[in-house]
Amino acid sequence: MTRYTRVASALHWLIALAILANFVFGTWMVDLDLSPAKLRYYSYHKWLGVSVFLLVLVRIAWRLGHRPPALPAHMPGWERVAAGVSHVALYGLTLAVPLSGWLFSSAKGFKTVYFAVIPIPDLLAKNPPLADVLKLWHLSLNYVMALLVLLHVAAALKHHFMDRDDVLVRMWPFDRSGSGAKS
Amino acid sequence: MKRWYALLTLVALPAGAAPLAVDLAKSEITFQSKQMGVPVDGRVRKFAMQLDFDAKKPEAGSVKIELDAASIDAGSEEANTELVKRGWMDAAKFPKATFVSSSVKTLSGGRYEVTGKMTIKGNTRDLSAPFTVKTQGNAQLFEGAFVLKRLDFKIGEGAWSDTETVADEVQIRFKVLAGPAPK
Repeated sequence: MTRYTRVASALHWLIALAILANFVFGTWMVDLDLSPAKLRYYSYHKWLGVSVFLLVLVRIAWRLGHRPPALPAHMPGWERVAAGVSHVALYGLTLAVPLSGWLFSSAKGFKTVYFAVIPIPDLLAKNPPLADVLKLWHLSLNYVMALLVLLHVAAALKHHFMDRDDVLVRMWPFDRSGSGAKS
Repeated sequence: MKRWYALLTLVALPAGAAPLAVDLAKSEITFQSKQMGVPVDGRVRKFAMQLDFDAKKPEAGSVKIELDAASIDAGSEEANTELVKRGWMDAAKFPKATFVSSSVKTLSGGRYEVTGKMTIKGNTRDLSAPFTVKTQGNAQLFEGAFVLKRLDFKIGEGAWSDTETVADEVQIRFKVLAGPAPK
């Protein structure tokens, strides 16, 4: 079996965990009453979002230099197309979701300052009506991404339990066979 | 008629020179606060001002400013809703904040400094602000900045007094255009 490289696998699971955490955290924090804690949470949410964005860039760069293992031979053409399209969409959304959050924040009049130290220049000037639109975009893109992630997980489980191929195992972070992994 | 005006001036002088005509539409009081390292711009939308200044006799100058507490725009709708509340400006109980100068002195490099008493939310503190004066036609443009510590005036009480989230220092800038005293 050809596995994903350890780096690709580590980035995949790290980004997955960060996105899941930030999705749940973001959904929870927005309904809180205004308090200093809420302001801190918003900053943490933005910092984690920027981190996801940077990690996805690293991941894409890594992938360009390291071809992923080939799809199993048994997959019909439509499954190959679906896998290709959904993976491109997932990469795109993992970039688009943090981008939309950053633009939303700028339009709202709040610069994003990474870890309260590194100011990220605003692409947009403060514009409350535009901020309302971007808020909707940030939400919608999140829900589309969540749907795709569910589809992604369902497909991985189908491959593992129904097709009984190695699609899930080759991305699994723990190498039980002790062989075949590329570092 | 001319003589009559001259007489009026003579009569009025001992009681102090006539204040300048402040052009409120071209004057502004803005500020920048910091939350989680993020600079947030705001301004005072409504204020009144009595200003007297003659570059030939700067130490005779004086200023009295009255700021409308409920008119403060802290940068976002959420912040403005919060700011009028008791823990912040308590605008219902303290609708006006005032600054009354006690002295004006000349600094080096064509700069001046005004000192006086700032009263916000019933708390009075001595404050000084350096400023410059530029001539624009027959009007004068006064520009200056100073740092106000919000906790000196109990702006942001309870949980909000935590300066890790919202900084104590608020950078205040003023720009005042004033024409000659009305005859």
